[in-house]
Amino acid sequence: MDKLFSFSNTTFENIRRVASDFTPIVKEVKRDVIKSLALAKSGHSGGSIGVADIMVALFFGGYMRYNPKDPNWSGRDKFILSAGHLAPVFYSCLARAGYFPPEELSTLRKLGSRLQGHPASVGSLPGIESTAGSLGQGASIAVGMAMNEKLLDKTDNKVFCLTGDGELQEGSCWEAAMAAGFYKLDNLCWFVDNNDCQIDGRVKDVMSIYPLREKFESFNFRVLEVDNANDIAQILVALDDFAQNAGKIGKPTCIIGKTKMGNGISFMEDDYKWHGTPPSVEQAIQALEELSK
Amino acid sequence: MKKYILRGKKPTRHGFGEELALLGEKNDKIVVLGADVTGSVMTSFFKEKHPERFISLGIAEQNATTVATGLALCGKIPFFSTYATFSTFRNADQIRISVCYNNANVKIAGAHAGLTVGPDGATHQALEDIALMRSLPNMTVVVPCDYVQARKATAAIAEIQGPAYIRLSRSEVPLFTEETSKFEIGKADVLQDGDDVAIVACGTMVWEALLAAEILFEQHKIKATVINNHTIKPLDEKTLIAAAKKCGAFVTAEEHQVYGGMGSAVAELLAQKHPIYMEIIGIQDSFGESGAPHELLEKYGLTANDIVKSALKVIERKKNN
Repeated sequence: MDKLFSFSNTTFENIRRVASDFTPIVKEVKRDVIKSLALAKSGHSGGSIGVADIMVALFFGGYMRYNPKDPNWSGRDKFILSAGHLAPVFYSCLARAGYFPPEELSTLRKLGSRLQGHPASVGSLPGIESTAGSLGQGASIAVGMAMNEKLLDKTDNKVFCLTGDGELQEGSCWEAAMAAGFYKLDNLCWFVDNNDCQIDGRVKDVMSIYPLREKFESFNFRVLEVDNANDIAQILVALDDFAQNAGKIGKPTCIIGKTKMGNGISFMEDDYKWHGTPPSVEQAIQALEELSK
Repeated sequence: MKKYILRGKKPTRHGFGEELALLGEKNDKIVVLGADVTGSVMTSFFKEKHPERFISLGIAEQNATTVATGLALCGKIPFFSTYATFSTFRNADQIRISVCYNNANVKIAGAHAGLTVGPDGATHQALEDIALMRSLPNMTVVVPCDYVQARKATAAIAEIQGPAYIRLSRSEVPLFTEETSKFEIGKADVLQDGDDVAIVACGTMVWEALLAAEILFEQHKIKATVINNHTIKPLDEKTLIAAAKKCGAFVTAEEHQVYGGMGSAVAELLAQKHPIYMEIIGIQDSFGESGAPHELLEKYGLTANDIVKSALKVIERKKNN
């Protein structure tokens, strides 16, 4: 099975490209997610696949500054995956950026691995800025980091974070939003992966978080809605908008990206039952076939 | 017996706040986070002196704790203080995961800990914070016994790398430690030397322990060792085991639940390394209530006389063996 689900050594540059040039990167990342989860036999498939376009735009679109050869470079922007259960797609991006060898993706969730089920402590794997996965905490950590850069160290370093949409049911997310708006953290870019799915069902049915735009706007955020965040061109437009306005507008930015859980994999797409389920070997083979087209 | 001179009374939160403002002058990495009650937890001194490094976050302890983590991960030394109930329990998950799992250099102060918060009543009397904080990997836990020691302990936790919790009192406590005496994290202070029983106390109970030792000697000719066990994690195993070997009987005293607190920590150590007879003084699995601090200490059995009674009892148990 290890041979069946082996990982290439390809890495990708973090540069501005036309949208169509991202397609092979997104597919490679999605294949990594499927393979590593099939080998792990547990983990979160649907969200990891659904958010792949956003993650690829962030890591390989030239908007976030980082240096895999010097993970602690003081001039880097920071990324916090507040929705820590989406670790498989995060690990793939880190590996494909050159932080560690992609073959290590095969160790996901295994004893002794640096690729813990949820991102472990800071520095436990190159590129990890903080642990995350107890929902809501990553957003507050990102706010703290953005405060450090803007208010204390006065750098132009940016801070990116990504939360789920169900995650916004955690009250502390709104404490974080209140502080970000109050301190005018215009170096902060907060992505919401809005697939409207959580373990128990549709977010709107479990506990509605809507209307989302109005909520963030009332906390002094500038809100950019991406109608299809599985279309990388639309994400790039939003990232470009944030980059143009960062440090100038006195407001943090929230990018609400509408995604489909399991996007691009026929049996997984838009089905909340894939929140916390790994693919079987057969399903993984089918998914990889669909992703190679 | 060594004589300790009472030099008045002062809350330990004052020592914390004053030292923090001074530390801010020496170290520009120190940042203080406010959760609205800065005047009563004494971070207001720092706010006045270093407004550019004071961040007000409102009554939102979960966010404040995690923002502190973000600042620490960027190289700052954030201090976060509010009432101990809210600086340890309201935000427990944030302390566990963001602060401790990251081993982030965040310092948490629990002001208004224990019964001696007084009239505010049970909602505001943190009686379980030691248990919670000492159970967390990477966390250091200190409970200074008076104003002077609170200053030294504040400076000491700023020096170490990693999470630390300092427990402070709202009400005035006797001031008796010397400016010149050394404070070292993980090194308990032996205040009296005797071989009949050892009284191990922390925080506000240390002065009561000294009074108890006097009563024991004057009325019963009993010589007690008194240990100020200010660091509950890491425990000073060496000093405690030496006292256990010498005395064979322990009384611990703290303004905290008997379950999981300082006495529990000492019992865990001795049960494994040198079992002896022991009595644990603390809150007996109940909530507190409104009242004057001294009334509450009397009602809940946390006075020098209660320590004397327990000492006589544990010595009897030792003799009857």
